[in-house]
Amino acid sequence: MRSAASENVRTLPAAGSTAAEPQTNHWPRNPGMDLDLSWALDTRVNLSAGERRVATLPGRRTVKKDAQAAWLLKAVTCIDLTTLNGDDTTERVKRLCAKAMSPVRQDILDALGMGDRRITTGAVCVYHRFVAAAVEALQHSGIPVAAVSTGFPAGLTPHHLKVKEIEASVADGAKEIDIVITREHVLTGNWQALYEEMKDYRAACGSAHVKAILATGDLKTLRNVARASLVCMMAGADFIKTSTGKEGVNATLLVTLVMLRMIRAYEERTGFKVGYKPAGGISTAKDVLNYQFLMKDELGREWLEPDLFRIGASSLLADIERQLEHHVTGAYSAFNRHPIG
Amino acid sequence: MSSVAEYFDEMSYGPAPEADTEARAWLERHKSTFGHFINGAFIPSASGGQFDTFEPATGARLAKLAVGDRADVDKAVAAARKAQTSWAKLSGHARARHLYALARMIQRHARLIAVIEALDNGKPIRETRDIDVPLAARHFYHHAGWAQIQETEFADHVPVGVVGQIIPWNFPFLMLAWKVAPALALGNTVVLKPAEFTSLTALLFAELAAMAGLPAGVLNIVTGEGETGALIVDHADIDKIAFTGSTEVGRIIRERTAGSGKSLTLELGGKSPFIVFDDADIDGAVEGVVDAIWFNQGQVCCAGSRLLVQEGIADLFHERLKRRMLTLRVGPPLDKCIDMGAIVAPVQLSRIKTLVGKGIAEGAVLHQAEIEMPKSGSFYPPTLLSNVQPTSIVATEEIFGPVAVSMTFRTPEEAIQLANHTRYGLAASVWSETIGLALHVAAKLAAGVVWVNATNLFDAAAGFGGKRESGFGREGGREGCFEYLKPKAWLNRKPRNAPVEFQLKPVTGDFSLSAIDRTAKLFIGGKQARPDGNYSRSVLSPEGKPLGEVGEGNRKDIRNAVAAARAASGWATATAHNRAQILYYIAENLSGRSTEFAERIGAMTGVSAANARAEVEASISRLFTYGAWADKYEGAIHTPPLRGVTLAIPEPNGVAGVICPPEVPLLGFISLVAPLIAVGNRVVVVPSEPYPLAATDFYSILETSDVPAGVVNIVTGSSTELAKTLAAHNDVDAVWAFGTPELSTQVEKLSVGNLKRTFVDYGKAIDWMDASAAEGVLFLRRAVDVKNIWIPYGE
Repeated sequence: MRSAASENVRTLPAAGSTAAEPQTNHWPRNPGMDLDLSWALDTRVNLSAGERRVATLPGRRTVKKDAQAAWLLKAVTCIDLTTLNGDDTTERVKRLCAKAMSPVRQDILDALGMGDRRITTGAVCVYHRFVAAAVEALQHSGIPVAAVSTGFPAGLTPHHLKVKEIEASVADGAKEIDIVITREHVLTGNWQALYEEMKDYRAACGSAHVKAILATGDLKTLRNVARASLVCMMAGADFIKTSTGKEGVNATLLVTLVMLRMIRAYEERTGFKVGYKPAGGISTAKDVLNYQFLMKDELGREWLEPDLFRIGASSLLADIERQLEHHVTGAYSAFNRHPIG
Repeated sequence: MSSVAEYFDEMSYGPAPEADTEARAWLERHKSTFGHFINGAFIPSASGGQFDTFEPATGARLAKLAVGDRADVDKAVAAARKAQTSWAKLSGHARARHLYALARMIQRHARLIAVIEALDNGKPIRETRDIDVPLAARHFYHHAGWAQIQETEFADHVPVGVVGQIIPWNFPFLMLAWKVAPALALGNTVVLKPAEFTSLTALLFAELAAMAGLPAGVLNIVTGEGETGALIVDHADIDKIAFTGSTEVGRIIRERTAGSGKSLTLELGGKSPFIVFDDADIDGAVEGVVDAIWFNQGQVCCAGSRLLVQEGIADLFHERLKRRMLTLRVGPPLDKCIDMGAIVAPVQLSRIKTLVGKGIAEGAVLHQAEIEMPKSGSFYPPTLLSNVQPTSIVATEEIFGPVAVSMTFRTPEEAIQLANHTRYGLAASVWSETIGLALHVAAKLAAGVVWVNATNLFDAAAGFGGKRESGFGREGGREGCFEYLKPKAWLNRKPRNAPVEFQLKPVTGDFSLSAIDRTAKLFIGGKQARPDGNYSRSVLSPEGKPLGEVGEGNRKDIRNAVAAARAASGWATATAHNRAQILYYIAENLSGRSTEFAERIGAMTGVSAANARAEVEASISRLFTYGAWADKYEGAIHTPPLRGVTLAIPEPNGVAGVICPPEVPLLGFISLVAPLIAVGNRVVVVPSEPYPLAATDFYSILETSDVPAGVVNIVTGSSTELAKTLAAHNDVDAVWAFGTPELSTQVEKLSVGNLKRTFVDYGKAIDWMDASAAEGVLFLRRAVDVKNIWIPYGE
């Protein structure tokens, strides 16, 4: 499988310049594989060792000045700009889409020497109800619409309805589907059920890419996170994603470390690259840089681009905008100096 | 293309330099020239001698330092001596305030210290800023606490006095803290020599300490090279030497201080194993290797430099390790985005290159990741040598550089065997997710520190130090405090009188029924054995009457006895309850024959019947004492900042040689043998040379008390001659020798072969009848090494 995949590997496109294309098709899609339960069950994760790795990371890696501005701008291109609230409306979603298309003020981009690049967020992420509106708002932008699905966030609606929900979102034009797994399958060790469920979702997605939300805050242990990551990838997940944003604990560097290592192990064994999406709790520029460092050091340069890295966030962008303006002017910025999303 | 655009496309890290403005300004303030810090002030070397110190990353000169000559060292020692009385007289609380102030001072100037350290040593600012300096502050806090509670916790001890401390260049500031904090806390004063490559933070610390109000003379810093260190080691008015550095220099120090009565702690080299089982978190273990051998450029005495990987996962492990090596970054020490900085000096760099070259010549496969390296300066890339055989020099010698050597093993037993098959015994790292396996292996490793699923964890609350040729003594924790204290009970020991030699007065027999002739042989491996040389020596009564003859043991008898003791390793793992039972049983059997033993003592030594009986009763009581302690001399659970436990486990030294004092032949024998065997050592005992029959009579008591063969071996003969063989024997882990000052000197001098632990009395006799001086934890503490096992946990 490794050789089949590597034939398809091509050099990385210049990022940004290709932002107008759908951003999820640069690498061959993970086709999944038969469930290899012993692999999942043999995987060990040591909590303290992982904690030490993420605790020392910010001391080992940092970016300053122009490099920092570039990294933050790259992070912008990886954001799945998200609204997932009970009070969402069409107009609210349209506003978000406008921000997704112009996430950073043009004068700032000009000052950074990036005025000629097309900087957009990676996607806009909404509930099914707003998929059509978002698709319309983002017309010609090349920005994909991602829909959360399968009874988001708890994932406890009937299975056949969950599959139908995916199909409906795809029919409405969603190019990416963020599904939630049934946590019970993980907590009770019913890996076969998790695998089957995930396979069904992948099938229902068709050409739309599927991100498997593990809800790591519900899974509690890193062992569960590691096993669920592997099983979802075996079942054909294009991305694995930490959280719905609604669990008590959302993305952390520690679960990120574990999930990245599983992605690496999956590539090591199958040759296929699976993407990663942390969601919830990443709200500052400083936070997101640490995620980027971990992506680069644990997985490699390729995983810093939006086809393999997304960040589920709503307030992160505003902080990055402030940092970028500070970089340009040397003066600390304020939220109200940047258009709202 | 704009610079931002280039970074955007490449997503490289770019430079992230830590400013060195403040550090340079500090050097400038001192005109880049420093004297010694003696009696509270900086003074130039008496001879005016100077040497240069350099910045390893660039080769540029950083400062001129004073060469410490004899006059300087004398001055520093005199200042320390003068201050020591007053310093020790301060209340613990008063000293705690000083230590607390030093801790706070370090924290207030943390960044300056960190930057100067990185400049001077070449290590990454991340390490000085996040590890070395915070840990140093923690040591002062922790030991401020020991000062505060010293009067209750160490009520039966007093400070050692003036301490000479010699520290290495790999952790200049942290090692200063490890040495200075406990010494000062417990009432000692210090003359410290930093390493010649890295003296600057010690001088900065002296300046800060003075500002913090530390009294003059309490802390003295003398800079210089090896000659200055030798002056400290040899100085007659220094009571203790604490040294961290190479095993080679440690040996020299042991030899030079032999017989001087100086207390000694040595923290030396290592070739520490890093063991990965097939049920480990492999990615976690790979990252562990980074922290083990690419921490501080591998210039770490406890670096996990010998990777032992279970065969089934070896390929995968190495593949992942090589992948990880590709993302290591080597660069200027002040760059905040690197994993490794510069090697401390060109001489060290060439040593690393030479050893790696030899390893390759011996068949090792070299792997160095193709990563960007600085174009100039003293740098060496992260290196993995695989296909290394245990016979290769790179598998046995400490490289002290960023070079991991890798071997495989098949079973846990083989892992333990390979791990322990070294002259060193400093640290070890064990990776397995199975608690039973990990703890089993941790318990079996010959090392002073074991990290389970972790590596290079340090804290002031946990003792650090080695076994075997990695040295002796502990730094940190309660066990470390004792290194800077001496027992009150031994302060007034008197020089021992030479035993009177009795002259043979031949008498002829008569025609009454004679006693049956008894032949006292040697006792080796549970059997009575004829001496190899087949010579005997007479034992005379004070009246000159022959009382019997004992075997004249020789070096081959010692060899046989040590082999028997080594073979009796089961004793160390016997249950403490079992050892206690046997000690009580020995006492019971001795009690049944107390009259006979008392008569024998009286006949040999000429003491009164009452005194002889008292000696036997004291011996019985002493056996009870150690029977009692056998299952009560426990370790501790330290509380470093860790979600987990650090177990401080007292472990027997192993095989101990015992030279009994000439006096009180039974009680002297029991007083030394009982504490050793109570905690699991096996002993080779040379009984009182003039009065050996109490020991030879004891064979049958040992035989009837269920003492396993080889646990106690007895070789009679010349104390001096047999002590030579024992002290020089490289399979003996400790020697306790009581007798003449010359015996002490000889034993300490000859112990350098394997740096065995020694316990000698320099000819000053303990009053063996005084239980407060002659039994209990004073002895038990010397019969063990504390092993600290770090067990982080969590799921």
